[in-house]
Amino acid sequence: MSFSIPKETYSGKLPEITFGSVKKAFFGGESALPFHFFEGAFPHKPLIAFEIQDDVPEDYPEELARVYSSVWEDPVRWAKFCESLGAEAIALRLMSTHPDSKNSKPEQAAQAVKKLISEIDLPMIILGSNHTEKDAEVLPVVADTARGYNCIVGKAQEGNYKTIAASAMAGGHSLIAMSELDVNLAKQLNILITQIGFPREKIIIDPMCSALGYGFEYTYSVMERIRIAGLLQGDSMLCVPMVADVGFYVWKTKETQATEEEIPEWGSLHERAIMWEAVTACSFLLSGAELLIMRHPEAVKTTKKFIEELYGTYRNRNI
Amino acid sequence: MALTGIEIFKLLPKTNCKKCGFPTCLAFAMKVAQGQADIEQCPEASDEVKAKLKEAATPPIRGIVFGPQNKSIKIGEEQCLFRHEKKFFHPTVLALKIKDTDKNIDEKLQEVVNSQIERVGEILKIDAVFLEDESNDPSRFKEAVEKIINKAQIPMILGTFNPHSAELVLNDLLTIRPILYGASEQNIDEMVSIAKKYNVPLTVTAKGIEKVISMVEKIQSLGFEEILIDTEPQTAIELLTDNTLIRRASLKKRIKSLGYPVLTLLREKDPFYETVLASLAILKYSSIVVLNEITGWKNLVLFTLRQNIYSDPQVPMQVKQDIYKVGQPDENSPIIVTTNFALTYFLVKGEIENSKVPAWLAIMDCDGLSVLTAWAAGKFSASKIAQFIKESGIEEKLNHRELIIPGYVAMLKAAIEDKLPGWKVVVGTKEASGIPAFLKNYVRNRQ
Repeated sequence: MSFSIPKETYSGKLPEITFGSVKKAFFGGESALPFHFFEGAFPHKPLIAFEIQDDVPEDYPEELARVYSSVWEDPVRWAKFCESLGAEAIALRLMSTHPDSKNSKPEQAAQAVKKLISEIDLPMIILGSNHTEKDAEVLPVVADTARGYNCIVGKAQEGNYKTIAASAMAGGHSLIAMSELDVNLAKQLNILITQIGFPREKIIIDPMCSALGYGFEYTYSVMERIRIAGLLQGDSMLCVPMVADVGFYVWKTKETQATEEEIPEWGSLHERAIMWEAVTACSFLLSGAELLIMRHPEAVKTTKKFIEELYGTYRNRNI
Repeated sequence: MALTGIEIFKLLPKTNCKKCGFPTCLAFAMKVAQGQADIEQCPEASDEVKAKLKEAATPPIRGIVFGPQNKSIKIGEEQCLFRHEKKFFHPTVLALKIKDTDKNIDEKLQEVVNSQIERVGEILKIDAVFLEDESNDPSRFKEAVEKIINKAQIPMILGTFNPHSAELVLNDLLTIRPILYGASEQNIDEMVSIAKKYNVPLTVTAKGIEKVISMVEKIQSLGFEEILIDTEPQTAIELLTDNTLIRRASLKKRIKSLGYPVLTLLREKDPFYETVLASLAILKYSSIVVLNEITGWKNLVLFTLRQNIYSDPQVPMQVKQDIYKVGQPDENSPIIVTTNFALTYFLVKGEIENSKVPAWLAIMDCDGLSVLTAWAAGKFSASKIAQFIKESGIEEKLNHRELIIPGYVAMLKAAIEDKLPGWKVVVGTKEASGIPAFLKNYVRNRQ
């Protein structure tokens, strides 16, 4: 018997996101479930952005500190270091603006952004501190500072999307829209954002990331459901690219911090921590993320190898 | 997939004769669909109907049981492509490859035995050994099998293409009920007759889905059904594509020659990338994954991934009711109470850790519901919280009587103080993200 490939019929196709001004980066645009090359077109590989912060991080565990402590006092040096590690995009998290951190002012954040975009050619993602009210103050100012640089700005949430989406639109940026682990909430937020005139083609869904072992399966399934709704069920509000903010969640977990002396059966901390990030990232590629925000260079390297192998070695072999 | 009540009803005589014991054919059909009545109770049902029902009741992916009695493992019988549609049923078996020529078989076996890790109340481990017949010498292969089963009664996969090796082992050691790996295009006739003779599951291995299908059809025509398949994927994309198409074809198109569990042998030597490929296999439908090497960190990553992905999406993940230590709390440390929804627990615990304030975290059994849902369902009520705190024995460990409750249940403050004499209730934050600031303040103000 000859095998006829059971193909799905897709009704949607994701918009392509292009960002950056001097150097550009791309993701999205596919017309089938993740890596289903046998039934759809995949114009761009998923993209990994290296995360940096606007001030010395307060909570980076030892494994990360060892990599970045020599450069993390200066975001420009930090970004250049990431570039030397092969970064194709930089995600700047304005952590110092958080009220529990330094509560720095929007203008200070804007200064950091200004300096970075004038000295770094790589495409930029500019992230707030995930504090709903404070982000509503900070992000409009930095979106304006970065006007014309074609960045990705985020994250807009239900409680602050109006100001953030409006300023991202005025600044000509793409927008990350984050909701809490629910397909309908993600859809609802995108409806609200498009209703104030923000183009659907420039929205990136953040369904709320999580780390392996800490709610991982919720993110994984919500992503799968968003992809299925967008591509197979023709729900245009869910038919946009997704981001997985992996490093932020992974490097909070005990698995990235406990030493082998503390918990012998968990094995070597170095490998464990790196792979906690890499496996979380690779899994979310399989459930539908096109953009990953990551921290450890070794984890990025392994994830990149996975992406390259998924794309590079695909031949329409005799199935 | 099983037929619905309505689909069964359409196949019945619709005479409402009541001979089945039910008032109407429709009522009877509903009971049959729920598995509470047998189609045989209907005297009018034709053989055709019965055959159709039997066919519909057969799982599209066959279940396979292997391993020694009491330690046997079941794989297969999966029903969906995406876990939210139902759930994934039989967790991927992780096996370590050992060669019969290895000088350190004992050591490797010990690694398997020692692989147990407890996580969220579950014992996770490497489940099986894949013994490769590298020597191609039947007596040496059998010796290695004996060495292993004498030390640990562990489920085994016999990795040999040599029918003599397979026969020698099975003839003497049948009680271990191993999986035979396997049947290739060269040895298929002999392997099938051995698998049939000893009634052990047989893995079919060939490059690509088409070749596997023609081999499986041949085996089926010989009347044997205990089959696993391996399409020998060489890369990540081949693994993903083959497994996706096999799962889709068997579930959606009911292609019987692909309705079997998949076994995946990893050939990658780099431990990082082997872990990534094993993760892909776990997420995307392999029932058995054979690893080249195991080590503590790799085990923890793969066990956690498997546990996450095989959890039931309909049942919230729960944490055991207990008073947990975060950091090194003492008699002066704050105590925070919340529900046992795993996400709540992880978030709250993480944020307490971030605050660097050692604390007692009182996790109360609320059937895995989050704070507001548990409150609405009456499971996180003042009297239940008071009772939990009283019975937990925490009072003996504290020299204060201040209980922090989630901001969402601020309205319970007075009622809890009523039912918990001597205690003061402090209202905490609504969101876990506010905990670090709250705790730092709280500790400062108390001093």
